[in-house]
Amino acid sequence: MAREMSGAPAILPLAVEGLTYTAGEARLIDDLTFRLEPGPRTVIVGPNGAGKSLLLRLCHGLLTPTAGTIRWSGGAGPDASRRQAMVFQRPVMLRRSAAANVEFALSLRHIPRDQRKQRVAAALAKTGLADVAGRPARVLSFGEQQRLALARAWALEPQVLWLDEPTASLDPAATRAVEAIIDAIHAGGTKIVMTTHDLGQARRLGDEIVLLHKGRIVERAPTADFFERPQSPLSRAFIQGELLW
Amino acid sequence: MTDFGAAFAAAVSLIATLDAGLVEIVGLSLRVSLSAVFIATMISLPLGAAVALFRFPGRGAVVVVLNALMGLPPVVVGLIVYLMLSRAGPFGVLGLLFTPTAMIVAQVILITPIIASLARQVIEDLWEEYSEQLRSLGAGPRQAVGALLWDGRFSLFTAVLAGFGRASAEVGAVMIVGGNIDHVTRVMTTAIALEVSKGDLALALGLGIILIVLSVGITGAAFVLRESARRAHGA
Ligand SMILES: Nc1ncnc2c1ncn2[C@@H]1O[C@H](COP(=O)(O)OP(=O)(O)O)[C@@H](O)[C@H]1O
Ligand SMILES: [Mg+2]
Repeated sequence: MAREMSGAPAILPLAVEGLTYTAGEARLIDDLTFRLEPGPRTVIVGPNGAGKSLLLRLCHGLLTPTAGTIRWSGGAGPDASRRQAMVFQRPVMLRRSAAANVEFALSLRHIPRDQRKQRVAAALAKTGLADVAGRPARVLSFGEQQRLALARAWALEPQVLWLDEPTASLDPAATRAVEAIIDAIHAGGTKIVMTTHDLGQARRLGDEIVLLHKGRIVERAPTADFFERPQSPLSRAFIQGELLW
Repeated sequence: MTDFGAAFAAAVSLIATLDAGLVEIVGLSLRVSLSAVFIATMISLPLGAAVALFRFPGRGAVVVVLNALMGLPPVVVGLIVYLMLSRAGPFGVLGLLFTPTAMIVAQVILITPIIASLARQVIEDLWEEYSEQLRSLGAGPRQAVGALLWDGRFSLFTAVLAGFGRASAEVGAVMIVGGNIDHVTRVMTTAIALEVSKGDLALALGLGIILIVLSVGITGAAFVLRESARRAHGA
């Protein structure tokens, strides 16, 4: 399925080197070097202000690093951004119907008009939104809006999906629905990179955990190892719910 | 008082019978102001979008100038256009002074800053909300502008209505560059301004009633638009 969705060359692995983002004196992202491989779901955890959102936006290309490089494989060049999608903490809904929100995204990726309708319908059906396809997106409930944001990203069949605290403002039922969708997107072959401050969610969804603190990677480990055998005292403190500002 | 009563009755009958003189004046007014609004909108939307989205040298100055020009007194605009179009002015050879075209030019100058300023505000607010999402989806500048104009359509139309309201109500600019020439450049506001002093209260009142209806209509349309947009899109 992973290859079926894109005859396009693979953009993973991603090699990040010396990634730094500063604002004034503050080093908000501080000299990060890491690789992201296709496959495992990577969950980035860390306290508020750790730099999780900044890191995703830098990797996705929404921000320009102060220093360092972000290199996608296969010489995809500027084309790499077309093989990614991002879902933000607060869903950004265009002032159009749910279906038109998805269709708009497809049109930006130059999907031929005759294929769009069917892809829109499929994405809405898979996210349980078929019934509200014609409703203005902004009058949907918050949970529905976040599912629509996922449908819009999913319809693009990205190789990498960035998710920035996608359930932060949702109730438990809406959170479960979103988690199920994320699982399904991953099952389709999309690399998931997600931030959360909910450790339960990190356990449920993560194949590997990255703990970010003050713009630095404190620890990166497979989920079981991270929670059972944390190597860093900071990780232990974080798992025990002690805040780390 | 009886004078007024009689004039009012005459005014109503002018409207009811679609008096030729009155219809001509209303028609010219609408032609001038609608043309001005159309042209000003064509200038304002791209200008407002450019100022809202792009950082370029002099952008701050453009914002300040646009805001300052919003309150430009119509007579000043009239005077400037008069000087430009008068025989001795830089565009004198065009022979446009005292024509409807001159009036359209004056009104375009008068309302472009209004529509552009309002449009800039609308588009800037939307861009603030949309920019990362649109860039994430891969929208280029043209596609982003298209999406912003479409999603801001209700608010933008309200801005256009504000421009039309100002154009159709102003008297100073069209008076100076049009000259209130009967059958040529006489519009509602200039007719009212001059017919009152000449004693034709009925025509002035009739036109006044139409102007009021127009103004109420514009305000009402703007309100309905806002409400339906809010209900349909939560914004
Ligand atoms: N554009 C910016 N300019 C300056 N500081 C910023 C900017 N964006 C975020 N920050 C700061 O960077 C830090 C990390 O922010 P963020 O990535 O949003 O944290 P997290 O998502 O982990 O809660 C915070 O202290 C925040 O205030
Ligand atoms: Mg964040």
